This record gives sequence, structure tokens and C-alpha cells, in this order.
Amino acid sequence: MRIFDPHIHMTSRTTDDYERMAAAGVRALVEPAFWLGQPRTSVASFTDYFDSLIGWEPFRAGQFGIRHHATMALNPKEANDPRCAGVLDVLPRYLEKDGVVAVGEIGYDSMTPEEDHAFAAQLALAIEYELPALVHTPHRDKARGTERTIKVVAESGIEPGRVVVDHLNEVTVAAVKDSGSWAGFSIYPDTKMSPPRMVEILKQFGTDRVLVNSAADWGKSDPLLTRETADLMLASGFSEDDVDLVFWRNPVAFYGQSGKLDLDENEPGALFEGNSILRGGS
Amino acid sequence: MTADELRAALDRSAVDWVDEAVRQITADPGAIARLFPRAARACGRAPIGHGWTADEAARALLLAALPADRVATEADRLYRYGDANEKRAVLRALPLLPVGDAGVPLLHDAIRTNDTRLVGAALGSYAAHLDAATWRQAVLKCVFMGLPLSTVDQLDERADEELRVMLAGLAEERAAAGRPMAADATGLLNRLAGTALRKEA
Repeated sequence: MRIFDPHIHMTSRTTDDYERMAAAGVRALVEPAFWLGQPRTSVASFTDYFDSLIGWEPFRAGQFGIRHHATMALNPKEANDPRCAGVLDVLPRYLEKDGVVAVGEIGYDSMTPEEDHAFAAQLALAIEYELPALVHTPHRDKARGTERTIKVVAESGIEPGRVVVDHLNEVTVAAVKDSGSWAGFSIYPDTKMSPPRMVEILKQFGTDRVLVNSAADWGKSDPLLTRETADLMLASGFSEDDVDLVFWRNPVAFYGQSGKLDLDENEPGALFEGNSILRGGS
Repeated sequence: MTADELRAALDRSAVDWVDEAVRQITADPGAIARLFPRAARACGRAPIGHGWTADEAARALLLAALPADRVATEADRLYRYGDANEKRAVLRALPLLPVGDAGVPLLHDAIRTNDTRLVGAALGSYAAHLDAATWRQAVLKCVFMGLPLSTVDQLDERADEELRVMLAGLAEERAAAGRPMAADATGLLNRLAGTALRKEA
């Protein structure tokens, strides 16, 4: 089984997780720029984080044969801090990078005017830089937040098929599917979405334009829930081809719209002039 | 490789892209900020010989096209905002650029990382600008990281008694832990020990 996790915050995981993910079939992933637990107070700490998403983290992933890509954005939570507003000015440099396959995570956290501004500005950047957009939906007031998200996406002029609206559930999935955007689901041990609920949604809404991820961030989370969901799909009567569509071909199709997805070549970091780099600082 | 050799090693479509990019940079040096990250998509990443890849060669040629009074500043900014492959390309291009020792802080940054691609690229011929203490630490770091010492330019010419003492210390620790030291590092240590013995005699 080959798995492409379309949304996972590897910065918060250990190398043990990379090892277990590779053993479970994860061969590629996208790490969206988001918050870091502790709120940041300057643009410089964002750029150091962005550098890590196109430098150190792909290097780490490459040691386990996993292809790492990223999305870049000022996230909605920190868009509310005026000290971080300058992040929007440095973003264009990062959107040009080979490993950056979308603008994200953008969207709403508390639905403030500052979030409105950052969301609209970054959808415009996605259009200008010809990248898809990864849109986070709020955890509080989710249903109305999702409705508003769909409206803002429509007003921006970006093609809905180039947008994934993430962290959906039973209540919010239908409206997103109807809008023409991709439906994203983050599988967590206790919250947002569980493997059994995900399988029920796939039965009801089908496997088309669906992205299933483990998110695996700073809260209680599990980077192997993609595999667990895939196994449950098989046990529930889905075919291996259905599983391959959801966990490989769908993410490849969505992020492939960037023209920058790079899955065929060996990660240049995996071998250096023929030598293994697995030791990396013993 | 020289700039001319790098250009000659690129395929036709890559040369066309580089020539057009060089025209844009000649007209407006600031254009390099947007062209530099695109080089791999435009020219590919295939090996072209002597340890160079097509994207690295293309990026080196863009840097070489900058006016002499801008090249050090632009190289610094491209490195600062570069992904790992762009950073590596800047490091590899340094010996081809009229920057004097202005690129030394970039080598220091690369050697601080634990990314073997960057540490290796920092130890090419431009490492002649590194002071002896930094250079020795970087060589020892290569041994720690499992990088082949063939990566290091002027290895035997610069290796000295102090490096021998450092390598001997590492060999002792590795022996105590029951872990092997790489054959090329042991070879260097033996060569240095031989030199030391000959000096005593």
C-alpha cells in the first residue's frame, strides 16, 4: 500500500515517527505551514520556520525514503497579531520554491477582520503564483465558518477545483462538495474525525475529490491514522483501487496542479555521492 | 569546473533558458531573486559530471552574470532565502565569483547545519578562505556525519598535527565504544601519524 499524507505537521514529530510511517507505507507527504504551539512574535521566527520546511525537514524525511513537500502561508491564528503581518510581504519568495506545492494553511480561526484580510490576500497570491490553496476551517463555530469560507473562496476568483477545504466533518462536508472544492478530513484519535466515521463519509459521498490526512500536530494525534483508515476501508468493502485513489492518486492530482510535485526522482539528499546519510551527526 | 565548462555541460534547452535568464539579469540584477529558485524546474536536476547537477550549474551561471559590485550581496540574500538545493548551489558557485572572502559567513552557516549536502558543499575549493580551526572542525564533522573525505578540497595539503590529534581522539572513543571509524578517516589518521613519526626521526 502506498500512502501520500496530504497534511501532516512533521516539525512536531520525531524521527521514530518517520520510521514508523515509512514502514506503514507513507512515501510522500505535504507539510502545511501552521502555528508552532507557542505563538510567534516576529516575522524572523516565521522565516526560520519556513526555511526549515524547505531545508531541514525534507532532509529528515529523505533519510526514510519519504518525499517531503510544503505549503506556505501566514496562518489564520497568527494573522491576528500585528507583529506578524509582515509575513505576507516575505511569502512570495517562498512560493517560488520547488518544494512548495500550495498556499496554506489559510482561512479562519476566529473570523476577525484581520483574518478576512490575510485570507483574501493569500487567495490572491495563490492565483498569482499559480498554486492550489489549502484552507483550514475553524474549530469553533465550524458550520458558519465553513459557509463563510466557501463564499470567500468564490469571491476570490480562484477555481474551486484548486482549493481543498480541510478539517471537515459530517455537518460541513456536503456544502464543500457542492461548491466544487476538494474535501479534506483530518483523522485524530479523539477529535475532528475518526477512522470509522471517515469510512461512513466515504460510503455516503464517494472517493472523488477527497483528501484524508493525519494532521499529526501539537495536540494528541497519530501519524499512522492514514494507514488505519485505509485498513478500515478495506475491511469495510472498499477495493484496493479505492484505497489507492484516496491515499495516493487524489493527493497527487490535487497538489499536482502546482506543476511542482516531484515524486519520480530520488530525493537528492537520500544519498550523497553514493554514501548513506543516515548517521547525520553521531 | 569553470563557468564556460558548466555551460558546455548543460543540454540545449537548459542553455537556452540560462542565456535568456542571463539577459534578464544583465538588464536588471534584481531579477535573479525570481529566476534563481526556478532554475531546477527549467533545467532539471540531472548530474552533468564532476559532482555537479544541471540546476546547480544553471544557478552558478546566473550568479556569475551579476555585476561584480552586486554579486556578494545577492549571493548572501539568495543563500539566506534559499531552499537546501539553492543554498548548495550558492556554496558551490563561490569559487567562480569575484567575492574575495565575503562568502565565508555562508560557509560558517552551512557548517553549522546537520545537512550533509550543505556541509559537503562548504568544503570545496572556496574553503581555502576558512581559518584553520574552523576547517579542522568541519573535517571532523564530515567524519562524524559519514561524509566521504573525498568531498574535502586540499585535504592532505591542509591536514596538520592538530587535526591528527583530533582524529586520534575520535578513533580512541570509537574503539572504546566498539564502533568503527570510516576507512577514509582512518587512512588520513595513518598518513598524518606517519608524517609525525618522520618529523620525529
